[in-house]
Amino acid sequence: MDWEVVIGLEVHAQLATNSKIFSGSPTRYGAAPNTQASLVDLGYPGVLPVLNQSVVHMAIKFGLATDCQISRRSVFARKNYFYPDLPKGYQISQYELPIVHSGHLDIRLEDGNLKTIRITRAHLEEDAGKSLHEDFQGLSGIDLNRAGTPLLEIVSEPDMRSAEEAGTYMRSIHKLVRYLGISDGNMQEGSFRCDANVSIRIKGEEKLGTRTELKNLNSFRFVEKAIRVEVERQIDMLEDGGKITQETRLYDSDNNETRPMRSKEEANDYRYFPDPDLLPVIIDDELIESLRAELPELPDARTKRLTLDYNLSDSMSEELTSTPEIADYFEDAAKAAPNVPAKKIGNLIQRELGAALNREGLRIEDSKVPPSMIASLAQKIEDNTVSASAANIVFDELWKVGGSSSIDNIIEKNGLKQISDTNTIEMMVDEVITNNPEQVMQFKNGKEKVIGFLVGQVMKTSKGKANPQNVNQILRDKLKSP
Amino acid sequence: MHDATISQLAQKLKNRTISSKELTEYFLTRISRLDPSLNSFITVSQEEALAQAKAADARLASGDVTPLTGIPIAHKDIFCTKGVKTSCGSRILDNFVSPYDATAVAKLKAAGAVMLGKTNMDEFAMGSSNETSFYGPVHNPWDTDRVPGGSSGGSAAAVAARLVSGATGTDTGGSIRQPAALTGITGLKPTYGRISRYGMVAFASSLDQAGTLTRTAEDAALMLQIMAGADERDSTSLPESVPDFSRAQRSIWENITIGVPDNFFDDSLETQNAQLIREALSVFEKLGARIKDIHLEHIRLSVPAYYVVASAEASSNLSRFDGVRFGHRAKHFEDLAEFYMRTRGEGFGSEVKRRILTGTYVLSAGYYDAYYLQAQKVRQLISQDFARAFETVDLIAGPTTPTPAFRIGQKTDDPIQMYLNDIYTIGAPLAGLPALSIPCGFVKNLPVGLQLIGPHLSEEKLLKAGFYYQQETDWHNHVPPGYEA
Repeated sequence: MDWEVVIGLEVHAQLATNSKIFSGSPTRYGAAPNTQASLVDLGYPGVLPVLNQSVVHMAIKFGLATDCQISRRSVFARKNYFYPDLPKGYQISQYELPIVHSGHLDIRLEDGNLKTIRITRAHLEEDAGKSLHEDFQGLSGIDLNRAGTPLLEIVSEPDMRSAEEAGTYMRSIHKLVRYLGISDGNMQEGSFRCDANVSIRIKGEEKLGTRTELKNLNSFRFVEKAIRVEVERQIDMLEDGGKITQETRLYDSDNNETRPMRSKEEANDYRYFPDPDLLPVIIDDELIESLRAELPELPDARTKRLTLDYNLSDSMSEELTSTPEIADYFEDAAKAAPNVPAKKIGNLIQRELGAALNREGLRIEDSKVPPSMIASLAQKIEDNTVSASAANIVFDELWKVGGSSSIDNIIEKNGLKQISDTNTIEMMVDEVITNNPEQVMQFKNGKEKVIGFLVGQVMKTSKGKANPQNVNQILRDKLKSP
Repeated sequence: MHDATISQLAQKLKNRTISSKELTEYFLTRISRLDPSLNSFITVSQEEALAQAKAADARLASGDVTPLTGIPIAHKDIFCTKGVKTSCGSRILDNFVSPYDATAVAKLKAAGAVMLGKTNMDEFAMGSSNETSFYGPVHNPWDTDRVPGGSSGGSAAAVAARLVSGATGTDTGGSIRQPAALTGITGLKPTYGRISRYGMVAFASSLDQAGTLTRTAEDAALMLQIMAGADERDSTSLPESVPDFSRAQRSIWENITIGVPDNFFDDSLETQNAQLIREALSVFEKLGARIKDIHLEHIRLSVPAYYVVASAEASSNLSRFDGVRFGHRAKHFEDLAEFYMRTRGEGFGSEVKRRILTGTYVLSAGYYDAYYLQAQKVRQLISQDFARAFETVDLIAGPTTPTPAFRIGQKTDDPIQMYLNDIYTIGAPLAGLPALSIPCGFVKNLPVGLQLIGPHLSEEKLLKAGFYYQQETDWHNHVPPGYEA
């Protein structure tokens, strides 16, 4: 049977505020348990929530970037359920009136085409704490540091038709919130995670199939893998004459399978109602316009601009804009070396710098070599002071000394200066011609390819310092002369 | 000395004819002598009180004073008080000592008021008779077989018996005004948001309002002056600046129009009570007020609307009492569900359980629209009725309660009868309006209260009407027999 996969995602992005959504406690990750929880976060008797206005601004920015309607009036509601890491016995969220709604995000599919994914809504809510079941011998430990951390829950329409599309959408949302500066998007720390609603139907059918919800997928890879394996499970189930149960399932990455968590039938009735402790959030045009003016250049616009302004290939500008920090780094370097083709700077960043960052698990904003040095290095290659291969060595030296030594010093100290002087090269070329009569003969008999070998020999003699273009030219001249 | 009002005591303290230490010791002795038969205090904080009195005396000597400096007061046990138990009348908080002061408490502390202790109350402020307290019922000093009203029954009884000069209370559906009426004192429920709710254990957040229980309207103004004002910790506190209430209430009388809703003189109002209210209105007429008959179309729906909204909010507000972080925790349990059931089953009394169940029901899927949403609509209609009435009248007057204090145990088996005791007081909180109850006579030696309701932020008008009325009458000066000395 020909099945169609239908996927909608609920992405939870932790907002990059200094303090929590309803209290002044810091949101720093990794503090000792319960050291970042105030009386408000602990749900003590008599305490009241007070809205951190910066979350409103962040949500509006997201709404503007995704063409959402910004609600002039939105309302916080209580979602009631009991759990030990939910201190008040309810989570403050938004229900009937979310802060932004009815927008869309265009994602680029593998075939290069754009696809519009509709965004149903994005609403503000507080995170719960953490229950720690290990280390307490039959008891559970509760850490409320995370309780009250601000989240933006971004709900899509069921517009995705494959695991890959879902992965691409999640990556695009991730990239967007990083560009907007509203979330650090750190998936290891749980700042960015999603739930996937997955169903299948026979192609051509209008009615949606029964869906399952895959909870807490915290990496792009897991989203795709979990959806793939869930789709397989649903197909097997239906083709064997079974029925899909609407339920919440967990993805077990060790065994690459999904397992039921709890079924919706016995699920909580959350008894949402407007939170009487908080006033409705009223947003006026003035605020919206001032935030619109603050919006940074968004990912797609920046990619396009880089291609045009710096004459880059589509794929290179795509890669150089994968995070705003990489794009900033590239542009800083490119501006510092205006005479060098930007593509060469891009290459240095992608290859040399990329390898070094990968090796040490660093982000580009923590790079030991600043953009200005990458620019200087590119300049040295451009003006033939060093060869591309020697540039490699210079970069590694720069990285080692943490950019504290000058490029000239490094070139000098390691004798990496490129030899372009004709006399010196001619002497080396002569030596190679004398020592390799057989290859010389082959060339003269029309076997052009052998020139590569001879250039290599000259480079070897020069310990890599000779300018390969000059070597090539001089060698050809000498071999062709009678 | 115990019969003096706050304003009289403030004068004596200022003149140094008496010290706060003497006053505090005097009232502490009076409490230990008389309270055993009333049970109006849950906690008497003698040590803290004496320390505060000492500090107050130092301030009085330096001249850095407010009208409350050195005055003994008490807080309803719903207000969080740092270092002194805050039980909210419940077993579930029997072991709870707050690490912080409620805003109202902190303000009174900063003004130099001396806290003698925490007063008894219906559990989580749910009740109209003070019989639902884990700490036992409070007795009405006018007749100890009778209830003092609730939920601020401990504060009312303590002030009526002259165990303390003034006390704080909270009013959600009548919890300040009804006990004030039944014990013959003055109870003020300000506009919703006038006093910060921060640090008040929440019952029904959209209705809860702190206020005062005092002997006179003059004293109410003094306490309100200190307690009122915007608080950045409470988003629902009102940003409006706080006027000088004492000055406003002494300003020259202007002829006002007082609206009297026919709906407040219904079948449930006892004849003798009705008679006293009519007499009180004639006092205002003598002062030059115009009395106008009005009709509040939807007020008859206020009790059911209130019990839906208040219970809904309460069911959610009380979820935090789960035994995880503070308060009572069951000793024996097998799993998480049992942990919750036992902790809350043991910790809450039956009235609280009834309201949690009611509230949970009205918010449930399939019932939300029919109950909660409907009740909110009714609430809107009631607000509109009041707003329309205040287009033609300055204040609304009527009875605070249908009857004088009833006997302990008389209504405990009939929650509907109990709820109907709040029939006249529930309208004002549903509309967020300020209201005052002042003593206006006696039926068979039991006090009766006149209720005045004003428009939004009209505390000045209310307190002025109360002040002028109390210049013309002396019902507020009657002392319950047995408490004269």
